[in-house]
Amino acid sequence: MEKETEKANSITVYIRRFDPEKDSAPRQQQYTLQVEKGMTVLDGLHMIKQTQDPTINFRFSCRMGVCGSCGMMINGVPALSCNTQILDVTTTALTLAPLPNFKLIKDLVADLVPMFGVLKGLQLHIRRNDVEEMEKPTYEYYQTPHQLEEFLQFTYCIKCGCCMAACPTMATDREYPGPAPLAQAYRYNADSRDDARDARGDLVAASHGIFSCHYAGECSNVCPKGVDPARAIQLMKKDLVLSYFGLAKHKCAHLHKKPDKSTYKAKIEAPPHTV
Amino acid sequence: MANKQFDNHLGIVGWLGGGRWGVERYLYILHRLTGLGLLLFLLMHIFASSVRMYGPESWGVAMAILKNPVFKLGEFCVFVIFAFHALNGIRLIFIELGLAVGRAEEPVYPYKSSLNNQRPLMVVAMVLVAILIVAGGYNTFFGSH
Repeated sequence: MEKETEKANSITVYIRRFDPEKDSAPRQQQYTLQVEKGMTVLDGLHMIKQTQDPTINFRFSCRMGVCGSCGMMINGVPALSCNTQILDVTTTALTLAPLPNFKLIKDLVADLVPMFGVLKGLQLHIRRNDVEEMEKPTYEYYQTPHQLEEFLQFTYCIKCGCCMAACPTMATDREYPGPAPLAQAYRYNADSRDDARDARGDLVAASHGIFSCHYAGECSNVCPKGVDPARAIQLMKKDLVLSYFGLAKHKCAHLHKKPDKSTYKAKIEAPPHTV
Repeated sequence: MANKQFDNHLGIVGWLGGGRWGVERYLYILHRLTGLGLLLFLLMHIFASSVRMYGPESWGVAMAILKNPVFKLGEFCVFVIFAFHALNGIRLIFIELGLAVGRAEEPVYPYKSSLNNQRPLMVVAMVLVAILIVAGGYNTFFGSH
């Protein structure tokens, strides 16, 4: 197996093409690519663009699985092209298509803007009633490591849209917010510093909202960052049900008391200044 | 260019195919299809029962038609659909109330997800479905009635 992957391997690449100026529907174009060990799908696309067809369009930025720009369907599975090595996926044929459940701009470029609009609408930032403290912070909010763990996993979302493409509810329900925005709504609802759980809960629990999810689980399977949106969505449903019956136990984190510098004495004295 | 975008929503095809998916996603599709199947059965059942309104003779004719072996097979199919929908529904109730998906955890590659947490529940539910189907099939085709 190792010998096979070490030598250059010729594979057929099928790329979904769509030019809004010429095409009424996407078509498939075939290329041949020499693949080497370690070559990512994004590398392969660059190679094809440089040596065979300069008209191919695809989106990328960081090339290291951080920015979330290069999500696409790779052999029928949504994934980041910079994060997927070709020989891990196939040794014969590679099929590339844009992420479904989004509008298609051109070739492999899906329009993620509607998802960003939904994310914006859910007010994904810390919201509190002590507006004065939020505007002019005096000190930090108290949060234990355990409280941090409640939402830390969901902060790793890079908004690449892979989960949205994998979601079968997204495929048929255009008003459904989608796994990424819902997971991010839970990320803030689970944050002990936040005080807008009810308002955000009302937004996501509306018709065509979070209760349209019935745990196909594919969002978590395809997430390139291990965010597990399906878990966030189910935990948020649990919170919403508990809130409905008045059983929720959330308490908003209080402001950590600012130490009085006049009486404050460090346990370990800092070494004397050297300059 | 923006107004010439192609609508790439998968629609119903997104339920049935469109990718290489995990077991839970196929269970999601089956749950929807079996739900529609139960709805169809309910409508047929109401229609068949309503024949009673037209008198005992019509009822007798309807019952004679329903004794056809094809309907016996249909009855078994309804039971299979019911068994899957009921037990998978119970699994989904547990999951959707956050009882089988575990707590948030630090993502360490290779990533594990809530799918791993709920998998024993899924396996138990599907084994029970299989047992129910075998028992129901035996009762339907080889039962004393």
